[in-house]
Amino acid sequence: MMTGRFFAGQGDRRVTIALLVLLAAAAIVPLLALALPADSALHMPPYIVALLGKYLCYALLALSLDLVWGFCGILSLGHGAFFALGGYSMGMYLMRQIGSRGVYGNPLLPDFMVFLNWKELPWYWYGFDQFWFAALMVLAVPGVLAFGFGWLAFRSRVTGVYLSIITQALTYALLLAFFRNDMGFGGNNGLTDFKDILGFNIQAQETRAALFSGSALMLAAGVFVTWRIVSSKYGKLMIAVRDAESRTRFLGWRAENVKLFAFTVSAIMAGIAGALYVPQVGIINPGEFEPGNSIEVVIWTAVGGRATIVGPIIGAVLVNTAKSWFTSALPELWLFALGGLFVLVTLFLPKGVIGLWEQWAQARLSRKARMADAAALPPATIVRVPSRSSGGSAGTTVEPQPAE
Amino acid sequence: MLSVLALLFALFSAFPLPANADESALRAIVAKFATAKGFPAIETVVRDLGATGDPEVEKVLGALSDGNLSVRKADSQLFIVSEKGAAITLLDPLTGEPAGQAEKSALSKVKVNNALRALIRDALGSLTLGAADPATRLAAAETMFRSPDPGAIATLDAAIAKEADPAVRAKLEQARAAAVLRSDMSEADKLAAIDLIALRGDREALSLLTAFEVQASGTLKDAAASAVAKIESSLALWSAGQNVWYGVSLASVLLLAAIGLAITFGVMGVINMAHGEMVMLGAYTTFVVQAVIENAAPGLSDWSLAFALPLAFLVSGAVGLAIERSIIRFLYGRPLETLLATWGVSLILQQAVRTIFGPTNRQVGNPSWMSGAFDIGQLSITWNRLWILVFALALFALLLFVINRTSWGLQMRAVTANRRMASSMGIRTPWVDALTFALGSGIAGIAGVALSQIDNVSPNLGQGYIIDSFMVVVFGGVGNLWGTLVGALSLGIVNKLLEPFAGAVLGKIVVLVLIILFIQKRPRGLFALKGRAVEA
Repeated sequence: MMTGRFFAGQGDRRVTIALLVLLAAAAIVPLLALALPADSALHMPPYIVALLGKYLCYALLALSLDLVWGFCGILSLGHGAFFALGGYSMGMYLMRQIGSRGVYGNPLLPDFMVFLNWKELPWYWYGFDQFWFAALMVLAVPGVLAFGFGWLAFRSRVTGVYLSIITQALTYALLLAFFRNDMGFGGNNGLTDFKDILGFNIQAQETRAALFSGSALMLAAGVFVTWRIVSSKYGKLMIAVRDAESRTRFLGWRAENVKLFAFTVSAIMAGIAGALYVPQVGIINPGEFEPGNSIEVVIWTAVGGRATIVGPIIGAVLVNTAKSWFTSALPELWLFALGGLFVLVTLFLPKGVIGLWEQWAQARLSRKARMADAAALPPATIVRVPSRSSGGSAGTTVEPQPAE
Repeated sequence: MLSVLALLFALFSAFPLPANADESALRAIVAKFATAKGFPAIETVVRDLGATGDPEVEKVLGALSDGNLSVRKADSQLFIVSEKGAAITLLDPLTGEPAGQAEKSALSKVKVNNALRALIRDALGSLTLGAADPATRLAAAETMFRSPDPGAIATLDAAIAKEADPAVRAKLEQARAAAVLRSDMSEADKLAAIDLIALRGDREALSLLTAFEVQASGTLKDAAASAVAKIESSLALWSAGQNVWYGVSLASVLLLAAIGLAITFGVMGVINMAHGEMVMLGAYTTFVVQAVIENAAPGLSDWSLAFALPLAFLVSGAVGLAIERSIIRFLYGRPLETLLATWGVSLILQQAVRTIFGPTNRQVGNPSWMSGAFDIGQLSITWNRLWILVFALALFALLLFVINRTSWGLQMRAVTANRRMASSMGIRTPWVDALTFALGSGIAGIAGVALSQIDNVSPNLGQGYIIDSFMVVVFGGVGNLWGTLVGALSLGIVNKLLEPFAGAVLGKIVVLVLIILFIQKRPRGLFALKGRAVEA
């Protein structure tokens, strides 16, 4: 318990640092990109801004997954679906903003509908010309889907692997659905060719910088919300459900409600991430629903360190930087690297990069303590002790078994 | 194949059937065209030729009908002419071989009129109806059914009287019935004809009767209408049957894909996301085996699958064993981690195959006994689908035997039911785990051999099956092979029955949603294991 409180204290410090860094980035990056002249060494080219903005969206997605997986033990393999639904909501708004500037010049219908000979706007496209409505849908669509799905699944106690598999089926079903032209979401090609957002040209450097700042602020908000939830009493309950669901239930808590809450909040966060992602990359298509994408999100979280708040952010940025580098330098090796990452992280880094850092920090700390305590100890035992006290900590061995 | 055909052809032409042995007699009749003056005389010659019943006369009669039969004025010789530019090529009237050229002015055409043409058509029709080969007669009867001609009734009657083959006779009677409907024969005859056609019960009979119903009146109209209704309902039944067959066929594919998973996931509880890649490895093994056999021993190419089966089992099984020993055994009891690690393995295997074999589809051939199709009633069944069904059921039976009747299977079940107890009884649980996983992977490889016959062999082959096979296992109930069978059957059939109404994609979505809802109702699948093992 002592160590638990100790980690919590450290976690708080890390969260504070992360919040400060994000807020600083939100302020500084636009300055670097816009205010400095293009030949300055510190000038940030637009594509870097867009890339970083994309990473921040991924980080928010990874954080949302961490909330359910890391803290509540629900491994969702369908979080890409909520991300994509948020993205589609934003994409629909951006499509409506094109207005009569499309290829076919139809003031009401997006190009693909004209192309498919549709005569009028489907009912579910109504309202998306208003930003407030689209923003509401960004929250509502993933939230309602997650609520409905979770309500059914958690109430009938679908847990563990079964839940993972049906979340995968969910995103797969949505993938198939959005590929259909009759759905009215642009089918195969998805939604693209956006012109402006809130009246600003979406290609302009200023807009891009603003979108970056928005992503950074949203991520900061996500970090804050997750942190507040996790460190509240309800957060403790989530962790209890994760570690011993039956025991928690026997103690009188409604485990399904706890899970449902976490799942819904997480889906909304994923939706926001998707909504910020779409204007920055300029396209949303059914490929985002690929089950493989959702599983990749899991590895971002795992690499950073599940059940930490900063971990998923670090993981998402690290893995995606590696991905950007590999896919341009050694494209055929990327899947080897990604696959290897899955295997190595699960086998050797159950707590991710953050866990590695903690292990190292603690080893240093206890070495110092021991050095001060008894200088005569042989070095072999010094190395052994920290690995026992932190290496297997809470990762696997200490984890309580499900109540029998 | 071609050379055999050529040989047969040569044999047939070397030993002509007795009817046309007497070529000189034929030539004598044909020569009469040169001397026949006026249509009645020509008509007699045509009748004479038809009476010979010799298929050889087809050419000369056809030429006459088309107005291509001419007489050389100089020596009254008869030729089939073919005009090319100014010069006219002369062809022998019986053999059709070139016999020199001639000026247009040196020839006089044998005249023909419509009455004569009708006569020729009848003569030709009865000629093919009298052919020695039953298949030719069947085809002729079928053609006459499709274009019924009242004038041919007499010919058909004669043919029916002569016909010995019951299948051909039935077809001939149908053709006659179709002709009767077009003729002005009595109502009773037509009613009998309607009954006869209704018995046939396929789409052609339907369109014939619907056409007849429109222009008929009175009892005939009613009879035709009821026959149409009968055919329609039977056709609906057949098409439902066809959908069920498609469903069963899809089910066999699902069963193949899922059956290995039923072992690794169902029995061992290991989430193997690389399962699809084991299937893919099996398919690629088939490709390599076929390539090697084609180079080394082309004569064995029909047997390539027999070589591929054990090899695919070994390849996938060995890869499975390696995965179990190097990764999965460290992750027992942590299913979510297993899921992630095996997903990583699947990415690595996919990319490895892509690097070695390239990203494009590889061609895997069907052996000759798996190509083609046959009909049962209105059902069309392809051989490869049928063999795959048989194969899937055989594999299922084999696995059932291994698990329920062998000591290895007993150990497997013991370890699944209670690992610690099994270990205490002296079972080497790690060894059983490794071999069970290898077995599941090997079975997946075997499935890959079968699936290579109907699917594209590409690095993404496995991806397409992984979600479906998990659905089958979860739906059927973990830890129960029968559940997998029932799960595959019901998913396959429901999917294909939905397809006509909802379309392929929507049908699949509906099935997925149904499964998601079903899992809510029965979180452990159709055939859930009972007892404490469930909680593990």
